[in-house]
Amino acid sequence: MTPSVRLQEMIRVIRSARTQGEERGIIQKECADIRAQFRQSDNGERSHSLAKLLYVHMLGYPAHFGQMECVRLIASPRYSEKRIGYLGAMMLLDEKQDASLLITNSIKNDLSHSSQYVQSLALCTLACMGSAEMCRDLAPEIERLLRASNSYIKKKATLCAVHIIRKVPELAELFTPSARSLLSEKNHGVLHGAVVLITELCEHNPDTLDQFRKAVPELVQIMKGLVTSSYSPEHNVAGISDPFLQVRILRLLRILGHNNDTASDAMNDLLAQVATNTDSSKTAGSAVLYETVLTIMDINSESGLRVLAVNILGRFLLNNDRNIRYISMTSLQKIVQSDHNAVQRHRGTIVDCLKDQDTSVKRRALELSLALVSAVNIRSMMKELLIFLSTCPPELRSQTTSGIFNAAERYSPSKRWHIDTILHVLTTCSFTRDAFWNLVMLSHFFNLSSQQPLVQVACWCIGEYGDLLLKGECEEIEPVQVTEDDVLDALETVLQSHMSSPATRGFALTATMKLSTRITDNVDRIRSIVSIYGSCIDLELQQRAVEYNALFKKYDHMRAAVLERMPVMDKNSPGHTNGDTSGENKEPDPSKPKPVEAGLLSEPASQVCDLLDLLGGTDTPLQPNPGPNSTPTTTSSADLLDLLGGLELTPVLTETIYEKNGLRLKIQCDKQTETEVMVTLIGSNSAQNDITNFNLQAAVPKSVQLQMKAPSGNVIPAHGLGQVTQTVVLNNPNKVSLKIRIRVSYSNQGAMHQDTVQIDSFPSPACQPSISPL
Amino acid sequence: MMHFLLLFSRQGKLRLQKWFLPLPERERKKIVKDMTTMVLSRKPRTCNFLHWKDLKIVYKRYASLYFCCALENKDNELLALEILQRYVELLDKYFGNVCELDIIFNFEKAYFILDEFLMGGEIQETSKQSIAKSVEASDMLQETMEEYMSKPAF
Repeated sequence: MTPSVRLQEMIRVIRSARTQGEERGIIQKECADIRAQFRQSDNGERSHSLAKLLYVHMLGYPAHFGQMECVRLIASPRYSEKRIGYLGAMMLLDEKQDASLLITNSIKNDLSHSSQYVQSLALCTLACMGSAEMCRDLAPEIERLLRASNSYIKKKATLCAVHIIRKVPELAELFTPSARSLLSEKNHGVLHGAVVLITELCEHNPDTLDQFRKAVPELVQIMKGLVTSSYSPEHNVAGISDPFLQVRILRLLRILGHNNDTASDAMNDLLAQVATNTDSSKTAGSAVLYETVLTIMDINSESGLRVLAVNILGRFLLNNDRNIRYISMTSLQKIVQSDHNAVQRHRGTIVDCLKDQDTSVKRRALELSLALVSAVNIRSMMKELLIFLSTCPPELRSQTTSGIFNAAERYSPSKRWHIDTILHVLTTCSFTRDAFWNLVMLSHFFNLSSQQPLVQVACWCIGEYGDLLLKGECEEIEPVQVTEDDVLDALETVLQSHMSSPATRGFALTATMKLSTRITDNVDRIRSIVSIYGSCIDLELQQRAVEYNALFKKYDHMRAAVLERMPVMDKNSPGHTNGDTSGENKEPDPSKPKPVEAGLLSEPASQVCDLLDLLGGTDTPLQPNPGPNSTPTTTSSADLLDLLGGLELTPVLTETIYEKNGLRLKIQCDKQTETEVMVTLIGSNSAQNDITNFNLQAAVPKSVQLQMKAPSGNVIPAHGLGQVTQTVVLNNPNKVSLKIRIRVSYSNQGAMHQDTVQIDSFPSPACQPSISPL
Repeated sequence: MMHFLLLFSRQGKLRLQKWFLPLPERERKKIVKDMTTMVLSRKPRTCNFLHWKDLKIVYKRYASLYFCCALENKDNELLALEILQRYVELLDKYFGNVCELDIIFNFEKAYFILDEFLMGGEIQETSKQSIAKSVEASDMLQETMEEYMSKPAF
């Protein structure tokens, strides 16, 4: 067997190559040999050279120079050469190559060859790569072989006919007469081919379909024979007699019984028999049952049969085999609309499948669960879906969230539940476009009621993350294309709505402004919105608009930096109590959307710039004051603790640092270590009138970290009847000399006052501030 | 109908490719790459079905080889598993305890066996014995030719 050994030798040599480069070298050499071999006259080696070339081709190297050799070998009289030639044709030639036409003649000749194995080669090749033209040429031959030949050739000719019909549908008529008679064949191979052929004919032509409906009783007979037959070793697979043929017949019955009562009636009994008698412990049986269920659901079957089918699917759901669970869910998905109640009965099992390990199964369970959500079960289903969302794989996340939002929108029992659900989704997973867009739409809706904080949060989100809303591929099932105009429309509606509070309008305007750096096309529109509000009656809005205008004009170079996105806040940072921050401008942590105080965000960029200017070029970072807190109780208890703590350790030293208009501001050292100082600022009022809008701001040297706790209040009652305290913590890791600059602002008798005090040194250990008024 | 059938190793090396649809070479290479990536990245105890474009992909691992085929939507996936199983059994019968090396060194025989089992993306013969007999008979034909060829020319 020398020639074959040479092929195997070559394979061995190629496999022994240690690097890609080495392999390439070997292959180049081999290809050169092969080419030389092809050029020589016939010496019996050609088939082996072609075989080698086919191996090289499978490794991914070019082999087009072998195409003509295939043509030559196919025309050879020797079987071994034909065999490899036809294989080469199937691998290297396809209908797009010109060379493929050249083999038409050879095929034609071989179709009438005396040896059935040569005929078989020709039929196989035609069915694999025959172009429309070749099919047209050879169709009559095939039709002849369909009728008058042995089973071996008949079965191949049948499938060849199927290929011809797929390529040239008009030729279907040619094969229709013979197809029916093939059903009386005993040979399973021919029978199978016949069923495939009839299926193809029926799918192509509704008239042919009508014709073949008459064959239903015959098909039913064949099926019955298979189902009730005794053990036949030739066709038996795991106790099922020829499952391949059974499945194909069931599929044909499905097509024939669809939308036709007579045909459906004729098959009812059979389907019931197959459904009840088939053993589904192995895949073969399950495959047959699966096809039966699909057929039952697709024809006009009686309700009893349908229930039987759904129950089979329900049983499949409990099967240990993951494939079968997957299949059952796919099928249930198809019938969930038409047989909703029947499928609902299995809802529990389906929801359990959400917890399966396999992502494919999870995906199916998700789709099915979403389809099963109804007004009745929305609460329990949503619970399950939210649990699923918290642990679901990332590729399913967007589908889950859109499903949840759709379901919530359609079936939510109350508005409050609806908002809760959306917020729950937002907290569970990181920002998704769906989450956003739904929040925007919801807030749009709630703009009509008076849920201002929600609108404010939505506006803030749009402003910060508007670019995420707009860009990116659509992962949703029904893509909602959000355009820049949509987003700006939403914001403008909030701005113009008479239901929006001034604070909300402020949010919307700021959000619009932020978008000017995040979007590309509609910046002019933003410019015009901003300039319109420059003449707004509301003072706050007007001020903002004017300042934003300035950002567009004079300070355009700063615009991008000023409107930059907020960095993510560290939830565990020390100063993170309700409303407090250490660090930059406070914004509410996006993962905890709670109603935001208007004051917290009324910090337009320009005000920050002002204070910087005031402090005149020093490097001290600015720490804006936290606004009056809605929970004074916590702060005062903290103060109390501090006072007590201070009392224990060091003598409490108080120093007055500012006194004017009845207001006295004292600083009290509570605690001092090498790197940390805690002081309390105490404001008292000896005047006749209350002091209102009392506000403190502080600045410290660069390496020092400042934390201002919330003040106990912002009104100091007159006649010394009360005090306002505020604790300040200074963290001084580099142990630089501590300085603090405090700006105090307040209203007294209708007049606004503002002063700045600088405390230059905190000599240690005793807290003895030296003050210089500014 | 089946669109294609691929056999590849755990390292992603292609051992057999049968295409039942005409596709340009470049596209075939891309599909092979996609399939190997998708199938090889599947975890062990997951189901054998995948979705890819508008096709159903059914794959099964036998020792060091992955058998992977693509079906249309109306085809039966569970039956496809049986088809793959049947092909492996045919190979096993022919080579006697088939292993990957048999398929590497005798790839053309693997194709010949496949061509007796499937045709045009459909099953051709449902009887194992019948297929085995046909392949044997064809081999006999070839043997005869080989013998003829090894005689000295005159």
